[in-house]
Amino acid sequence: MIAKPTIPDLLDRPGSQIGKPVSRVDGRLKVTGGARYAAEFNTPGLAHGYIVSSAIARGRILAIDTAKALALPGVLQIFTHDNRPSLPWFDRKWKDDDAPKGSPFRPLYDATIHHALQPIALVVAESFELARYAARLIHVTYEADEHRTDLRAAKADAFTPGKDKGGFQPPPKPRGDADTALAEAEVSVDLNFSQAVEHHNPMEMHASTVIYHNDGSLTVHDKTQGPINTQTYVCNVFNLSTDAVRVISPFVGGAFGSGLRPQHQLFMAVLAATTLKRSVRVELTRPQMFSFGHRPETLQRVALGARKDGTLTAVIHEAVQETSQNENYVEVVVNWSGQQYRCDNVRLDYKLARLDTHTPLDQRAPGAATGIPALEIAMDELAAKLGMDPLELRLKNYTDVDPNTGKPFSSKELRACFQQGAERFGWHKRSHAPRSMREGRQLVGWGMATGVWDAMQGQAVASARLGIDGTLTVGSATADIGPGTYTAMTQIAADILGLPIDKVSFQLGDTNLPMAPLQGGSWTVSSVGSAVKAVCDRLRDRLAGLAAGLNDGPLKGLKADELIFADGFLIARADPSWRLSITEVMRANDLLVLEDEARSIPYYKSQMQHALGTHSAIFAEVRVDEDLGTVQVTRVVSAVAAGRIINPKTARSQVLGAVVWGIGMALEEESMTDQRLGRFMNHDFGEYHIPVNADVHDIDVIFVEEHDDIVNPLGAKGVGEIGIVGVPAAIANAIYHATGKRLCDLPITLDKILGA
Amino acid sequence: MSQPTGPAFQGHARKQPAPPPDAMEVSLTINGSRKTLRVAPWTSLLDALRLHLDLTGTKKGCDHGQCGACTVLVDGRRINSCLTLAVMAEGRTVTTIEGLASGDALHPLQEAFVEQDAFQCGYCTPGQICSAAGLLEEGHARTDDDIRELMSGNLCRCGAYPNIVAAIRQVMDAQPAARDGGTP
Repeated sequence: MIAKPTIPDLLDRPGSQIGKPVSRVDGRLKVTGGARYAAEFNTPGLAHGYIVSSAIARGRILAIDTAKALALPGVLQIFTHDNRPSLPWFDRKWKDDDAPKGSPFRPLYDATIHHALQPIALVVAESFELARYAARLIHVTYEADEHRTDLRAAKADAFTPGKDKGGFQPPPKPRGDADTALAEAEVSVDLNFSQAVEHHNPMEMHASTVIYHNDGSLTVHDKTQGPINTQTYVCNVFNLSTDAVRVISPFVGGAFGSGLRPQHQLFMAVLAATTLKRSVRVELTRPQMFSFGHRPETLQRVALGARKDGTLTAVIHEAVQETSQNENYVEVVVNWSGQQYRCDNVRLDYKLARLDTHTPLDQRAPGAATGIPALEIAMDELAAKLGMDPLELRLKNYTDVDPNTGKPFSSKELRACFQQGAERFGWHKRSHAPRSMREGRQLVGWGMATGVWDAMQGQAVASARLGIDGTLTVGSATADIGPGTYTAMTQIAADILGLPIDKVSFQLGDTNLPMAPLQGGSWTVSSVGSAVKAVCDRLRDRLAGLAAGLNDGPLKGLKADELIFADGFLIARADPSWRLSITEVMRANDLLVLEDEARSIPYYKSQMQHALGTHSAIFAEVRVDEDLGTVQVTRVVSAVAAGRIINPKTARSQVLGAVVWGIGMALEEESMTDQRLGRFMNHDFGEYHIPVNADVHDIDVIFVEEHDDIVNPLGAKGVGEIGIVGVPAAIANAIYHATGKRLCDLPITLDKILGA
Repeated sequence: MSQPTGPAFQGHARKQPAPPPDAMEVSLTINGSRKTLRVAPWTSLLDALRLHLDLTGTKKGCDHGQCGACTVLVDGRRINSCLTLAVMAEGRTVTTIEGLASGDALHPLQEAFVEQDAFQCGYCTPGQICSAAGLLEEGHARTDDDIRELMSGNLCRCGAYPNIVAAIRQVMDAQPAARDGGTP
């Protein structure tokens, strides 16, 4: 009973809930410790797994001596490639919804070591402490091969990937002749950039608790951005039917992309549970959080040519990015440079180079967070060379169509972002010369940049159940990794059916619920929110029909669009005194519940005719200590155009958090490889620095008005990614303004500032 | 081609492994209730809370004392429960996030965290709130910069810091005694 909504089904006028700063509906559970995450489902007889990680980056295991560990009382089993059960051979059995082209990593498959920290054994014991202790007693003999983990060395062998991953678009063909235009340009800049590997490091470490039932079925509590993705993987790899595997993950302690693919602790926990016929939990350690996907290191070149009035005449953007030996991880890094500004001569180039590392993995605004800073720092350098206000340079080359495709944007209120952001920041007070805003030994700098991200939508299904008491339960198998999905979906459902928030509950994170795509790419409100709207629209239609059919009722013969739904009532537009409560309508029709399910499908046709995206303008102030090279980001204004904002409170939090991510990317985050060992050496929170409270000061978020009736029925584009894009550039540009030093290697640590 | 041989990543294997330690009895007061547990002495207070007492509100973010997610109050002071063995808490009074509210009435910090949207995923939140409770008790924080500095042992990957400061500020402003008093 899956219905397609009829078009147009646009939300013209929100009711009482959409657009309101509602506090999180799951807030109470989160502040009282009542929210349970993947490693927190306890059950009697639970066994604990501890993973042993490879000490070498490439080679093979000659022997694993597990005798001492196995001899400990309470150690149940040690799984290695030597004693694993039969596993599928075909790559397709190991693929997941976010897998790029290639052959997915298979834990414990054979003796081959592909990357450092590769999981090579699982100890299962009666207690966590015992499993951890036993893991230390395992003795491994390796034969090490030469490894290659240095992107600069591998760059020479870079190749051009194809359309190797869902959502990836290879760069468009060159337009004009960018190289000649650059050579002939009146003013030009040509800069090389690098950006370090970053690890997602959500606060919750990846964990899976697998509850084994007597009939052999499993309940899996997994840290995932998509319960169905987890279920599909488990069923394919372990040859189980979907009936036998239910995934329940109501809370996820952050992910930022790390939960887009099933990680190896899931494999390990299911392997142990199905083999031992016991419930098993496997939780990674913080160092092991550096053993899987990451934001790939990227080397870039951006060259810009312009006339003296600032008109862009040439844009060249080249990027080389790491991938693994087994998969082609790709992301859109350079295409944005052909889209952001009007320019007739553009050449974009994107290549991959293989390293002996785990396959990289989407991390917040994958590609844009990497490529846009290079473009936006180059724009700042160009403005400096032209002697032009960096904001003026951007306005000079502004475009309302996507020059890559010639398509108009469905909406693009970036001008409003510039205007409102600059005004809030006080940009007009900037003295443009570098080092001109000193305060004592503190060099003050103001920088700006723009950001962009896609506005995407996927298919999703939602179910709804309306009780005669006017309570509504809506569900879809999406996740809430922190953006506030529970709250936003509750608001959408309450809004459509005119119910108070506390009468509505939204369920997610359960494979028994209808299909939802992975939570990622800022598309959950767009995809799942549209499904929630669709199913509530259906209930609304049905209620209207039931009310209209009551011959002695006040709403007899009225159509759905002649009614308002508010406060649990159906009310005639013509005369608000003609009304019936939902309870009255259902009772008169002898109904205790009204249930429905609906699928939302993107407006493919109109979407194909437009460019879809969110945009932002970021203004940042830094204070650089001239003697120590330390940087404080003292002020940030982020003005965002992302269509309709469902909940300004939680949306603001997402942008705040993303700005914090931008600060981390600009100044702190860097997974450093020891090239002799081929592994990350700073693999914990003591050495891998993410911003702490003292690093973060005033952040001001503006959502500009933006109307869009093409992106989806809600007109909401999503805000999970846009907040980070461009922030590192705004900070780097502010550092240039403060110090006169153009630094293009992220993160900009104090050694780079003092050494430049 | 080299042939390294050695332990698998962590530490050094002993020639004769020490046997696992025997469980010990530990009595402590947790959230107002007297509890007696039998735990192996290598059990951290964090794991004792999460695994033995099913008090999973206290979170494990690193197990290294580097993130603050496991912050609880021991005799009123904030500590990292991952760096504390359960047996070290003998006779102590432990307050976890589950013990902050009085019945249905949330602690003012819990109210303020919800109101200011001082979290997203919620995983660091119990540690942030317990840490903030300890901070208020210490009475050293006067300015927002003080709060930022004194809360910097609690990482938040969602980046809710501005809202965390606002939530703590809201409670401090409502409790002038906590702001002006306290021991230096």
